[in-house]
Amino acid sequence: MVQHYSWSRKMFVVFNYSILAIVSLICILPLVNVLAISFSSAAAIEGGRVSLWPVEFTTRAYTFVASKKEFLTSMGISVQRVLLGVIVNMTLTILTAYPLSKEAAQLKFRTGYAWVFVFTMLFTGGLIPTYMVIRELGMIDSLWSLVLPGAVPVFNVILMLNFFRNLPKELSESAFIDGAGHWKTLWKIIVPLSMPSIATVMLFTIVGHWNEWFNGLIYMNDPIHYPLASYLQTIVVKMDMTQLNDPTALKFLSELNDRALRAAQIFLGMLPVLCVYPFLQRYFMSGIVLGSVKE
Amino acid sequence: MLLPGLILVLLFCYGPMAGILIAFQNYIPVKGITGSEWVGLEHFRYVYSLPETMTVFRNTVVIASMKIVGGLFAPLITALLLNEIGKRLFKRSVQTIIYMPHFLSWVIMAGILLDVLSPTTGIVNAFLDWLGITKVFFLGNADWFPYVLVGTDILKEFGFGTIVYLAAITGINPALYEAAVLDGANRWKQTLHITIPGIVPIIVLLLTLGLGNVLNAGFDQVFNLYSPSVYSTGDILDTYVYRIGLGNGQYGVATAVGLFKSVISLVLISVSYLLAYRLANYRIF
Repeated sequence: MVQHYSWSRKMFVVFNYSILAIVSLICILPLVNVLAISFSSAAAIEGGRVSLWPVEFTTRAYTFVASKKEFLTSMGISVQRVLLGVIVNMTLTILTAYPLSKEAAQLKFRTGYAWVFVFTMLFTGGLIPTYMVIRELGMIDSLWSLVLPGAVPVFNVILMLNFFRNLPKELSESAFIDGAGHWKTLWKIIVPLSMPSIATVMLFTIVGHWNEWFNGLIYMNDPIHYPLASYLQTIVVKMDMTQLNDPTALKFLSELNDRALRAAQIFLGMLPVLCVYPFLQRYFMSGIVLGSVKE
Repeated sequence: MLLPGLILVLLFCYGPMAGILIAFQNYIPVKGITGSEWVGLEHFRYVYSLPETMTVFRNTVVIASMKIVGGLFAPLITALLLNEIGKRLFKRSVQTIIYMPHFLSWVIMAGILLDVLSPTTGIVNAFLDWLGITKVFFLGNADWFPYVLVGTDILKEFGFGTIVYLAAITGINPALYEAAVLDGANRWKQTLHITIPGIVPIIVLLLTLGLGNVLNAGFDQVFNLYSPSVYSTGDILDTYVYRIGLGNGQYGVATAVGLFKSVISLVLISVSYLLAYRLANYRIF
């Protein structure tokens, strides 16, 4: 079909494409700027000559960051945290969502249990009491303090349980007739069928754990136990340069720009997210919407 | 199967709720909750008498309200514009780019913003300078700071917010558009009379749910971007609790402020869920 567009329609189309292009540029240009700075020489940065493309290309900032013990340690802690956190969160999300997705006839007090979980989304003890509970349990300076307090992500549980409910009931009924119990039905029928939504929730969990910085900051007394996000918070945002005291580092720093160093760390800090994100994007449209929008 | 989740929730979510008691005590860490002196509503009176409390409360409500309004319209307009795009490749690229900032933490975003918005070296001020506009110290100027908070929050979240609207637009019955075309409606008329009325329920839903967040002005963002020079307009309840609690060690006072916030939030969220249920038939589970 040949469509004839009016003059005003053509104007709108041009306007529309330009606006969206500009909006996208606003989203991406700050990242490009920081990336360009991280690859530029100290002289070029100080001269204010770097905007969107590296000037006098160098990877010196990255070599320096890669040789910093604190950076590598905190990155290791972040990796451990993500692995442990994903295992704990996903297991508990699935285990909690499955019984709650059943009808009240199959699970006594279903609504009561559900409210026990939902209430924690609405009301919390607050910062100080939570901190005290963690301290009483002796989890300060331990990886568990970063994983266990948020072990049951209620929002994800709700997404999952709504997804489970939309699966045809006949499937689990026929599994029961064939002699499967709840445990077997969950792992052999429900979980495999829920892969899109599990993938979405899992990737959100990965990104969430990688990005979470605040509990690292308050539950770790010793900065050596900081995960990467907390480490970056102190180094990049609060600009605590006290750790740069050893003479070899200082000599190296004289040829290095502080902004380049921070830029390199920012970029390395977001790199894993930038890597997982494209995979995430494929699923999340269907994953989120299926779980949240109800008829 | 519920047991492990239940135990952890009781321990880490309901456990701290018992700790709320210290809002009514002159809490001394070595004596613990059982040994500390009971002071009743003393902390609440003290907090109420502090001049900064009202400022902090006002900042929180102002910043959060601006974010709720901006966070409602920016994604809505973007979704409507995106919906008019015919080229799939362009649409997908725009979507990929604008969703991305949502997945970066405020630490990373703050790192970028601190550099980009810097008054001396930042690229934004270099651009303003090039246009002949005087440079602005975005993050250090108390007049500018709340708007910077709202602007950067919208920048980070508007793309992701479009997903909900796009899904709602997809859900509109195509027959309505066909009928409108037969009646001679152009794209603009179709948008005005079909698309927008079609997504009104979701707008109402998001707005009512947003009401529950009037006291959540965004701890992560403010904590990473603010500095003492913008406390007068940028300090919010959550950052205030953090500073007086973990910074100054006034546990009782900080818990009192936190409790005040939690209770008001609970009321607001309950009301907003109730409204959402009535107006949009929204159920949580």
